Amino acid sequence: MTNILIVAELHEGKVRKSTHSSITFARQAGAAGGTFSIVVIGGGAAAAAAEVTGYGAAKVLAVEDPTATVCERIAPTVAALVKSGGFDVVAVTASSFGKDIAPRIAAKLGAGYAPDISGVKDDGGKLVYRRPVYAGNAYASCRLTTALQVVSVRQSEFTAAEPSGGASPVEAAQPAAPDAAAARVEFLGLEAAKSERPDLGEARVIVSGGRALKEKFAEVLDPLANLLNAAVGASRAACDAGYAPPELQVGQTGRVVAPQLYFAIGISGAIQHLAGMKGSKVIVAVNKDAEAPIFQVADYGLVADLFVAIPELVKQLQAG
Amino acid sequence: MKILVPLKRVADPDNANKVKVAGTKLETTGLEWKPNPFDEYAVETALRLTENGAATKQRQGEVVVVSFGPKEVEATLRAALATGADRAIRVDVTDDKLDGDLVARALKAIVEKEKPDLVLCGKQAVDGDSNQVGQLIAEYLGWPQATFAGSIKSEGAPGKETALVVHREVDGGTINLKVTLPAVVSVDLRIVAPTSVKSVYTADGFKYPDGVRFAALMAIMAAKKKPLVEEKIETLAADTALKIEYLGFELPAARKAGVKVKDVAELVTRLKSEAKVL
Ligand SMILES: Cc1cc2nc3c(=O)[nH]c(=O)nc-3n(C[C@H](O)[C@H](O)[C@H](O)COP(=O)(O)OP(=O)(O)OC[C@H]3O[C@@H](n4cnc5c(N)ncnc54)[C@H](O)[C@@H]3O)c2cc1C
Ligand SMILES: Nc1ncnc2c1ncn2[C@@H]1O[C@H](COP(=O)(O)O)[C@@H](O)[C@H]1O
Repeated sequence: MTNILIVAELHEGKVRKSTHSSITFARQAGAAGGTFSIVVIGGGAAAAAAEVTGYGAAKVLAVEDPTATVCERIAPTVAALVKSGGFDVVAVTASSFGKDIAPRIAAKLGAGYAPDISGVKDDGGKLVYRRPVYAGNAYASCRLTTALQVVSVRQSEFTAAEPSGGASPVEAAQPAAPDAAAARVEFLGLEAAKSERPDLGEARVIVSGGRALKEKFAEVLDPLANLLNAAVGASRAACDAGYAPPELQVGQTGRVVAPQLYFAIGISGAIQHLAGMKGSKVIVAVNKDAEAPIFQVADYGLVADLFVAIPELVKQLQAG
Repeated sequence: MKILVPLKRVADPDNANKVKVAGTKLETTGLEWKPNPFDEYAVETALRLTENGAATKQRQGEVVVVSFGPKEVEATLRAALATGADRAIRVDVTDDKLDGDLVARALKAIVEKEKPDLVLCGKQAVDGDSNQVGQLIAEYLGWPQATFAGSIKSEGAPGKETALVVHREVDGGTINLKVTLPAVVSVDLRIVAPTSVKSVYTADGFKYPDGVRFAALMAIMAAKKKPLVEEKIETLAADTALKIEYLGFELPAARKAGVKVKDVAELVTRLKSEAKVL
């Protein structure tokens, strides 16, 4: 019987949608018998906790702690709740928040850690995890040898959970004493990118651009993205050159995405880029080089100059 | 400032699609060993933090590189020494007897002996993509962590650096942290941009060339004489049991071949009526 604790990710007093991927994981991992609970830690935790009471959790723990901005403050609380609540698996979504905190929780608990998993199955009472290695060119199945386990789950492979009805009870819990290290880290602030667009992890359509777009990155891609209510993504080369901000980077070392429709525009299709978007349902590539590797994964390839093709595409879509 | 940089070699990441599965093992035979790119960035960052950018031959402090692996990883360590690191440590162990947790616990023992002000690692090794060692070692040491650093500025007086201001690249923006030393920092891609790292020795407005520095032939020769010591994993970690067990590997299903469309009109038609995604 697995008893899972999900650590919710908070942003401006709300539970981030990424958290719903951990709920999907918990439902799958607990399918053979088990329960899951969710812990919400931060300022305004009680209100945020109410957002996740409809997903079938045994309980939702609300820890009011406005100082919980760094993992040196959050991890001790999670670890204390794991011990007092008799949980055996801690799950977070492998966002930058999750990747930062999960190993710290694992080390604190002496638990094994399975990072960035893409699947789980119950093998006679033991959880077996699936995870991509070598930029998604192979998948490993692995097991943790410890009784206590920590996992981070891929948002692109665990579809966001839908509410299942019912109302999980919300319980208030106390923050634990922070790590001594907390006194040596000061949170100076989050510079959040201001965007009306959907998040890369949640968008149905993503319009991504590469180095080819140069200074015209936004000028060319925004009209298409606006029309399709798409998130905008970018290759590393486009981010490094400053054509697009770093948080838009899709790939092995950026965001891993799997939308219904992915446009790769002026992107060559390096291994590291493919690792972040190969799971998309339909891939469209626009590139003037017919030999570009991106065409090997594209469902629809258009060999063309993007500066002509994309405005034309916008025009035709507008025309209906 | 004294900096410890853990550094891993990985099977050529640009040819990762050539990995094979044999039985329950993953084979990378035929792929060249390369330094993990993020670790090359960490070495470059360590060098930038311990120098005046305008006089890079003079090291202000010490950079120690450490790698866990068999004898061959000494080539990776020597390459780091050639770019400017001062000393190297190789912990003798084969890759199949390692996981991130053991690396972190053994690193803790090295840190306790070496007493660096900063452990500077890559955010992830691009073979396993685990993204865990920096965070694990921070917890084991009880030190603060700043992961995914896109820029770093050191504070304090020359030789007496006290803190780092780190801009962390996170989903949806940047988180700014100030960590008091000693601390653990893991670096992200943009850390090797011209103005991403600023030491207390480097003048305001100084710009590095983009990317990591290359070793001159003279430096490669000189690096052969720099100290490189070997340690045993058993003496660093009391318990060498692994916490993760790999049961097997499989290659992903290939995507089915797509079509080339002749123009924008055909693309629109197909997306609407065939793929039904518009
Ligand atoms: C450690 C490490 C991590 C990395 N992580 C990532 C990652 O997470 N994500 C990522 O994307 N990359 C990553 N990379 C970089 C990756 O290897 C490639 O360098 C990068 O993806 C290339 O970006 P690009 O396709 O935009 O640029 P390029 O390779 O320069 O390709 C530009 C493309 O545009 C086409 N083009 C040019 N002009 C036009 C035009 N007018 N019309 C149409 N097409 C045109 C060209 O034919 C070409 O195919 C990483 C690299 C390293 C070393
Ligand atoms: N075998 C190793 N030897 C030295 N450093 C390592 C080793 N494995 C991981 N590291 C360090 O830990 C970082 C993160 O690796 P990982 O957690 O495995 O993705 C790497 O970028 C290295 O700095």
